[in-house]
Amino acid sequence: MAQSPTHRQPLDPLSLGLRETDSALPAPAWETEELADAVDTPGQRRTGSSVLAGELTVRKQRSLWGDAWRRLVRNRLAVIGLFIVVTFSVIAIFASVIAPYGQSEVVDFRLARQSPSWTWPMGLDANGRDIFSRMVYGAQVSLVVGVLSQAIVLAIGIPIGAVAGYFGGSTDNVLMRLVDVIYAIPQLLMVLLFVNWWGPGLFNIFLAIGLVGWVTEARLVRGQFLSLREQEYVSAARVAGAGGGYIIRKHMLPNSLTPIIVALTFGIPTAIFTEAALSFVGVGIRPPQASWGQMVADGSKPGYIETDPHMLLFPVLAIGLTMLGFSFLGDGLRDALDPKGNRD
Amino acid sequence: MLRFALNRIFWFVPTLLAMAAFTFLIMHATPGSPFDVSDKQRPEDIKRLEALYGLDKPLPEQFVRYVWNAIHLDFGISYNARPQTVNEIIGRTFPISLHLGFMATLFAVVIGMTLGILAAVHQNGWIDYFSVTLAVLFYSMPSFVMGFLLILLFAVWLPDMGLNLGFRVGGWERPQDWLLPTIALGAAPLATLARYTRSSMIEVIRSDFVRTARAKGLTEQGVITRHVLKNALIPVVTLIGPIFAAVGTGSFFVEQVFNIPGMGKFFVTSMQVKDQTMILAVVLLYGVFLAAMNLLVDLVYGLIDPRIRY
Repeated sequence: MAQSPTHRQPLDPLSLGLRETDSALPAPAWETEELADAVDTPGQRRTGSSVLAGELTVRKQRSLWGDAWRRLVRNRLAVIGLFIVVTFSVIAIFASVIAPYGQSEVVDFRLARQSPSWTWPMGLDANGRDIFSRMVYGAQVSLVVGVLSQAIVLAIGIPIGAVAGYFGGSTDNVLMRLVDVIYAIPQLLMVLLFVNWWGPGLFNIFLAIGLVGWVTEARLVRGQFLSLREQEYVSAARVAGAGGGYIIRKHMLPNSLTPIIVALTFGIPTAIFTEAALSFVGVGIRPPQASWGQMVADGSKPGYIETDPHMLLFPVLAIGLTMLGFSFLGDGLRDALDPKGNRD
Repeated sequence: MLRFALNRIFWFVPTLLAMAAFTFLIMHATPGSPFDVSDKQRPEDIKRLEALYGLDKPLPEQFVRYVWNAIHLDFGISYNARPQTVNEIIGRTFPISLHLGFMATLFAVVIGMTLGILAAVHQNGWIDYFSVTLAVLFYSMPSFVMGFLLILLFAVWLPDMGLNLGFRVGGWERPQDWLLPTIALGAAPLATLARYTRSSMIEVIRSDFVRTARAKGLTEQGVITRHVLKNALIPVVTLIGPIFAAVGTGSFFVEQVFNIPGMGKFFVTSMQVKDQTMILAVVLLYGVFLAAMNLLVDLVYGLIDPRIRY
């Protein structure tokens, strides 16, 4: 039993003596400065660290977010994802500075479908517009759709999920029946219906994606709240006289934050994809505004694919790469924020 | 079991009605008449056509009539492709989508589950890394991105370099045309299945009864086939139903990319011309399809896993 470091009392002379005898062995991880690192590895987590505090030099305090960040940057794929997402966002935000031409500016109509060259790194499209500039502006459209649609998703999904999960009972039943019905309709179909109703355009698209996507968020938040409701600290807060709104804001919402953040990193690329898909079938962004999906549609017109694949290749790669970036980041975030949680 | 199934089917009726009502409302809120197709038409002609199809009646009456006809499997005449009925059009296009969806699902199930099983059995081996990487790549690629990349590679660049494998940019007539759309559509579900199979296998491999099986001297092969596979694949089977249904919806874009005359491609067109009867029928068809798949999965689940009771 004394061999087990977990139960060893540092000031116990017997254990001190024992330690001298096995000093030939490398010092256990918990005695080195790497304690914090060891905590990250499952199986080496120990309970007695408070007892050890006196013996250790100062253990650096780390917040939940600090720990998560360290785990994130140690995950190679997540770092690649983060890099892609940051690059994408920077390009989108500074689009007007980066793009050499306007998004619908015709460079030279006679040079239409020109292949990539030093002057125009991604070539020109069928209308003689600079594809690189249009790609940059397309990133802006994608980012706007991704972020704003998710803002709507959060604004509707969290309150409804929170109310259903917190109050339970018949409130939960009514709300979740509604959610079930909406959930039963394929989401893409619904977005198509909405956009068809309101007409194409940036605003209508992110509104439609947001108004359709909140059900998933509401289900997620409800599930979290249902389990959090049974936690002791919530009962304690209730006993101490806290009201429903206070408990939701101060206790339950902060504890549901990680799944919400993870859902967000997967929601943004889904929205970006939806916009691209809608624009691809011709009901998305209104031309001449640039959108990747629409550029894909332009580049894939009969005859262009074989002769001028560059018109298709760059927007397709951009969509694929953005999806990949968010996906890597999302996976990494899920692992980093919830190291012992359920992964698929 | 029977009670469970009946209960589910019973709940399905109001859901379907709500779906129909919702789509109906949205469509009637959408501005423009399905018969307003050119500037040359006189307004009174449009009115007459609308009256012919009962579009001048009050909305609730139209809806009740629509539902009544739909119960008798009569979905009306396509406003855009007159005089063809919706049933004729769906009867022609849906089998093509179903065919594509079936092949894509088969592709995803066979390759995905094989990769997942191999990855779990050889955990941390090269096949594990290969399938995990493949899964991550496939998982995040939208089907139409995948489709165009395949087209560019197999129908443009490889033939340019002198390696013509006989793939074309689009089409559906020859069996060879089926391969690329199948891969494009099946890639994402393949990744999902590979991931789930792998993690489910690993979980079972670490369980106590597997240790017991090993301890009593079974060969590794015997342990995997007799004990691990059976238990690990049950949760994975439940995924196949929703995947099949999702593949049906996803085929919209793949059909567009490869120029396949399926229902998805037709649906997008009817969206643009406000062909209300067509849109309603397709939405309902997808809804029924999705719910039927989920129900089927639940029932199959009960059959293959005796621990589950309804």
